[in-house]
Formats: sequence, structure tokens, C-alpha cells
Amino acid sequence: MSTTTATASGVTLPAPGSSIIEVEDLGKSYGSVIALRGVTTHVNAGEVTCVLGDNGAGKSTFIKVLAGAHAHSEGRFVVDGEERKFSSPRDALALGIATVYQDLAVVPLMPVWRNFFLGAEIRRGFGPFSRLDIPEMKRITKAELAAMGIDLRDVDQPIGTLSGGERQCVAIARAVYFGARVLILDEPTAALGVRQSGVVLKYVAAARDRGLGVIFITHNPHHAYPVGDRFMLLRRGKSIGNFPKGEMTLDELVQMMAGGAELEALSHELARTLPDSEVARALEEEVAETMGTGTQADDASPGSHRGS
Amino acid sequence: MSTTAARPPVAAPEGTDERLGRHARLAAVLRRPAVGALVAAIVIFLYFSFTTTAFALPSGASTWVFTSSSFAIMAVAVALLMIGGEFDLSAGAMTGFTGLITGILMTHYHWNVWLSVVASLVAALAVGFLNGVLVMKTGLPSFIVTLGTFFVLRGVDLAVVKQIIHQVSVVNFQEAPGYDAGAQVFGSYVKIDLGWLPWVHVDSTKYLTVYAATFWAIAVVLVASWVLQRTHAGNWIFAVGGAQQSARQVGVPVFRTKVRLFMTTAAAGWLVGMLNLFKTTTAQSTTGVGQEFVYIICAVVGGCLLTGGYGSAVGAALGALIYGMVGQGIVYAGWDSDWLYAFLGVMLLGAVLVNNWVKTRAEQMR
Repeated sequence: MSTTTATASGVTLPAPGSSIIEVEDLGKSYGSVIALRGVTTHVNAGEVTCVLGDNGAGKSTFIKVLAGAHAHSEGRFVVDGEERKFSSPRDALALGIATVYQDLAVVPLMPVWRNFFLGAEIRRGFGPFSRLDIPEMKRITKAELAAMGIDLRDVDQPIGTLSGGERQCVAIARAVYFGARVLILDEPTAALGVRQSGVVLKYVAAARDRGLGVIFITHNPHHAYPVGDRFMLLRRGKSIGNFPKGEMTLDELVQMMAGGAELEALSHELARTLPDSEVARALEEEVAETMGTGTQADDASPGSHRGS
Repeated sequence: MSTTAARPPVAAPEGTDERLGRHARLAAVLRRPAVGALVAAIVIFLYFSFTTTAFALPSGASTWVFTSSSFAIMAVAVALLMIGGEFDLSAGAMTGFTGLITGILMTHYHWNVWLSVVASLVAALAVGFLNGVLVMKTGLPSFIVTLGTFFVLRGVDLAVVKQIIHQVSVVNFQEAPGYDAGAQVFGSYVKIDLGWLPWVHVDSTKYLTVYAATFWAIAVVLVASWVLQRTHAGNWIFAVGGAQQSARQVGVPVFRTKVRLFMTTAAAGWLVGMLNLFKTTTAQSTTGVGQEFVYIICAVVGGCLLTGGYGSAVGAALGALIYGMVGQGIVYAGWDSDWLYAFLGVMLLGAVLVNNWVKTRAEQMR
């Protein structure tokens, strides 16, 4: 990709590495409930910022603020060097911040190309003779999907016949084509198997390589690490760190994610009360693996880790 | 597909569309929603043609061509609505409702024909609008809302009409100002000489009478197919029926699309009301009552999914053709005409099973 890439709506992407979104001490409270606080990170063009956290950590609140569904209540939210406060998703879209939600907003029985252009159809002719420009839409769909690395035989097949990963890709390609500069992906790999997750990660990388800023929300550090340039971790509504990839190894990331200490304590507790339970053993193994203490090569038997 | 995407280019064939062979195109044709109905229509036509003498004769065919045509208009409109994910149980009563309004305005108040015709169209559109707004605003199933409208219309048809003209049917409006022009548009017919057909031996049977309803039906099918397949409005109809939430998320105006569909169905009811009025020159309070399910059956037989998001206008028209042919064929064959209902039930169940199978196939096709 060169420094700039033109999309359908004529949006020009900034040079890779330049900052698009910056948030500083961002917080959001609903009445007296503090859902999010102290979040600081940034999103650069051509880079992937991963937002990691367990269920209830505040990931979806963070997305909602970025996507314009809710306005933030404290901190700074800067887009293109200008401070913003979104009041509707429209505001976010106007600035090229597009969100791909988990349900993907596709209609399973409709052909791929109709889904791609749904709600923004290309038309020819005027008045009552206004009609769809079908060949053009099929051509663009095919080309845009090819640019993302999906080679479809037939864009006329119902989108429901595609695999989960491919559907995700169509949704991403659609957002990109309609002028997204920043792509917010909400748990794109959550419902997928290992192989399909790999496919999606490839498309995330493809979007990054086209010069988009990507915000990749996930609870799986193994998915985040390979594509991420920056990791922001959330726990219980609070940011517990914002690291560039260079400062962090996968093991450290996994450990922070899993809340290593808490998990270990839990495993000890279970071991005491239920000495020989399956659960305790499985948990211990996981702790061992997570903490990197009992390496896979050394010894895999659960007994040897007791007390580690 | 994921295999081609994941593997190195060695596995991916060159070019793109070359992978779609002749076989795939044939399969695509067979997957179209209307194909099953077309096959069934041909089989039924051949069956009655060979087992009865009158069915295939031009004079005998005139009856079922007319019935099929007026049912096709309604079935196509109801099919559009069903593709959009909704039902309209007031569609049948609407044909009687509009006929009565026009009839009473012409005979009792001596309005001009065109004025009366337009007045009933406005009334129909208002009811359709109300149906749509009620369904969308309350979030209730359209089955319930339009069931309510159906009973209201049925009650109004009887009570108000009795109040105004002291009887339940309107007759003798040939004297109304401008009646002839109205009859020309809605009630006229042409006779086509089909004496050259090899099985026509008696001169008196060689004319096929084609009523205005048939031309209207053809126009409705063409326009509906055009809208569904070639316009953005059609795209939105499939979308609101297939996945309403998704459609809303990508910016499809769901409310507007559905309200318009209800209004279209009401307008079709008006058209059929006018066609019946000017052909039979009577309007009765009970006209159309009970036919709302026939329209739905025609649409389903034509390949529409009951769950929405899938179907075609041509299919619905073919469903209506099957209904018309069987209804008349049973009479010509000398059976008890009540067998028609048993047949309808079997057709409906069969069609739903076939449709579900086709849908599953369509979603699994790679």
C-alpha cells in the first residue's frame, strides 16, 4: 500500500503511523455507576490497537463511546487532533469510524453483493425508472473482497452459505469500502473455531495493511498478539495498562490478561477443599501454563506443580 | 470457499467465473423460488386437459383464466408483504370493502364513477397505512393486528352498509355518471379466436374470453418483479423480511418499507375490488371474506417463505394459477367442489416442506 488509499466515498487515508484517535483518561459513568475510567491509548493509521479484557471489563462501554452510541463523561477524546464528543453513531461514521458488530448486520438469505451494498445501493436512471446497477455492484463487491484476500466464485450466492470468517470479512470489506478509516471490530473471533479465527486475523492484517486504523476487541490474547501493535488491557472498568508490542511478550500479556495471581489463589483454594477434583487439576494446569512456571516440555503431570 | 482462501494459490483456479460451470447455472435456475410452482402448474394443466373435455377448450379456460388473474393480483401483493416478513389478514375483506364504498358512492350519493373509484382507493390506502403503523409502532405480530382490521372491516361492511342503503349488497349502478368508462377499464373483455387449436372441434367453444383482470394481473406481476429484483426498494423488502435488525443497522428505512408494503397490499385489494365490481356489477358485504388465507397459500405455493426474506412475484402468480385451475378443474371433472379445500391444505403443507428444504439447500450450497 502506498501512503494514501482512496475508497468509495473519496476518503483519503492518512499516512501509516500517523495518529487518528487519541483517548486520555477517558471515563464513562451511567448515573452513579462508573462503567469505565482512566483509559488512555491511541489508534494510528495502519496499526492495530487491541483492547483486551474479560467479560464485564468495560470493553463494550469503550466501543460504545468510540462508536458514538454513548458520549464519554470524563477525559479527552481526540480525533484528527480535534477534541470530540459524539452524540450519535452518525457522528462517528462521518469521521470514518465504523463498527463491525458481532452479528455483522448481514441478511443470510440475500446474495453477497446485495448484502455488500444494502442500504447504499448504486442506482442508474431517474424517477420511476431508477434501478440497481447490478453489474457494477457485483464487480465492486468481487474486487473489494479480492483486495481483502477473499476469492469468491460467485457473489450471487446467499451470504449465509459463507463461513463465519468469510462473513466477517465481507462486513469488514463493506465498512472499508464505504469510507472507514478506523475499524472497530467487536470480538470478531469470539464465535469461531481455531482455523476460522486464523482466517479473520488474516483479514484484520489485510485491513491494517491497507492503511486503516483497527481497534480489535477480544478476550483472547493469543488472537490479539500476532496482529496487534498496541495492547490496552481493561479490568473491572479500569485500564490496567497500555503497551506497545515491543514492551511486551505474549506470555506477559497472557499473564496480565488472566489476572495470574487471582487465578492461582483460586486453584489453591479448590485444591484444599476438593483435593482430587478434576476442576482443581484442570485449573492448576492452566495456572501453570499461564504463569509460565511449569513449561510444557518439563512435566505435564498435575501433581508436580502442587505448591508452585 | 474457506479452503481456497486459506490455501496457497496452487489450489485456487485461475480466473474467477470459470469455476461456475453449466451445472452450477442449471442448479441456480432450479433453486429459484418459482420453479416448483411452475412444474406443479404444468402437471395440473395437463391432468385436467386430458381427464376433462372442457378444461383446455378456449371457452372453458376463460373461467379459470379470470379467477386466476384476480387471485394473482392479490397473491403477488401478499407475496411482497410476506417477503417483507409480514402478513395481512385484512386483504380479503379489503376487496369487498372497496367495492362497497365505490358502489354506494355511485348509487346512493350519485358520485361520478372516477371520483368513487378514487375515494375507495384513498380509503384502502388509509387502512393499509394504519395496518403498517400499528404493526410497526406496537411491535405486535402483523397476524394479530390485521386480524383485528379484518373483523373491523367485516363489521363495517355489514353494519354501515345496512345503515345507509338498508341492504347488504349494492346493485344496479349502470346509470351512475361515467359508468361506461369505468367498465371499460375494469370490467371489459376481449374475445380471442383460438379455433386453430387442434382440439377445438365445435365452433361455439373457440373463443377465449380475456377480462381486463388478466391484463392488470400481468402488469402487476411485471411491475412487482421489476421492483423486487431491480430496484433498491426490492432490496430493502428482502432485507426487512430476512433480518430486520441487520437491515436497520445498515441504514435501511424499515418503518417506511413495511408501511408501504401494507399500503401496496391494500391497494391491490382495491384493484381486485374494482375488477369484481365492474365485472359482476354487484358489490356484496361478504365479498372476499375468507380469501385472505387463499392469497397466503398462493404465495407459499409460489415459493415464499412464511418466515420472510425469500420468494418471488412470478411464483405467487403461478400459485394463483394453480388455485384457479384446480378450482375450475374440479368442477369440470364433476367432483364435489369442496374437495378444493382439502387440496389447498395438502398443497400448502407440501409447499411449506419443499420451501424449507430449498431454503436449507440454498444456505448450505457452496
